[in-house]
Amino acid sequence: MNLWLWILLACGLAYLTKLSGYFVPAKLLRSPRMMRVAGTMTIGLLASLTVVNAVASGQSLAFDARLGALAAGAVALWLRAPFLVVVIVGSAAAAGLRLLGWR
Amino acid sequence: MKLLESPAVKVGVSISIATGLYGISFGALASASGFSFWQTMAFSLLMFSGGSQFAFIGVVAGGGSGIAAMTAAALLGLRNGIYGMQMNALLRPVGWLKYPQAHITIDESTATASGQSDSDEQRRGFWTAGLGIFVLWNIFTGVGALAGDALGDPKQWGLDGAAVAAFLGLLWPRLKGREPWAIAATAALATIIAVPFVPAGVPILVAAVVAGAIGWFSHARSDEGMEPDVDPYPQGHSSADAAAREWSAE
Repeated sequence: MNLWLWILLACGLAYLTKLSGYFVPAKLLRSPRMMRVAGTMTIGLLASLTVVNAVASGQSLAFDARLGALAAGAVALWLRAPFLVVVIVGSAAAAGLRLLGWR
Repeated sequence: MKLLESPAVKVGVSISIATGLYGISFGALASASGFSFWQTMAFSLLMFSGGSQFAFIGVVAGGGSGIAAMTAAALLGLRNGIYGMQMNALLRPVGWLKYPQAHITIDESTATASGQSDSDEQRRGFWTAGLGIFVLWNIFTGVGALAGDALGDPKQWGLDGAAVAAFLGLLWPRLKGREPWAIAATAALATIIAVPFVPAGVPILVAAVVAGAIGWFSHARSDEGMEPDVDPYPQGHSSADAAAREWSAE
């Protein structure tokens, strides 16, 4: 139930952020600096989420089959595979490595 | 029939199919991370911003708290505020139209609209991509959630590997040039350093602050990181880039 609360709050924040662009005076958001922060933050968050999902295990670092998924996903992207193919390649790599005994 | 002759509508339809389809991966990952069917659907219906949705479930899957997940999702959604401002200036919606239009203001609808030069075409492109993705993204989220439930042990299927690849896939189109790579590498390093010292989920917020600080103090171009996951105009960025430049130079 507690999780529901955070989900709905996050949904509300997401909509209010979008809506603010339509109502907040343009000057406020329109500064190049604000735009740059929104952009670099997007890159930083996605890079961080990639790393956390690849090597973090709670509060420690673990090097397991997920690293194989990261490498395989990178190769698929390098070959210009579409998003869905990249995701499937990542899951196949992790599953395959586990079958081979690499946890 | 006339509508289908519009170039913007054609682009909007194809981007809707390409983007909508990968809702299936969101649905499957969310249910594998322990979210119920309706929680998973709530993300796609109400949050409706792919990156933020993946961020929320990614933080929770890594053992992070609800508040950390919410914060990561909210920060990742900040760029939608900028898009809202751009679309407000470009499409000039009046009255109540702003409210539904805001909800479908995402990477792809914004990119489809800004790639057109005629104002009617911009409007058609925005609404076709926005509504098309909304409908398909939700249908395929549902399909993915049901499939994820039926799979059993998510690790056996490598779904944790799928999440890694999904985040890399969301990041990849934004890594154009040396600066974005440097920002990504710095954020990744900050994350790894932070993991042992702070609770799960928080390293992502540390990286957000570091990346935000880089943006605050640097002088990079102002549309960095604002690329759609699926580029509506893959044969050269000329028109979309030109529109973005024109807009930010105003």
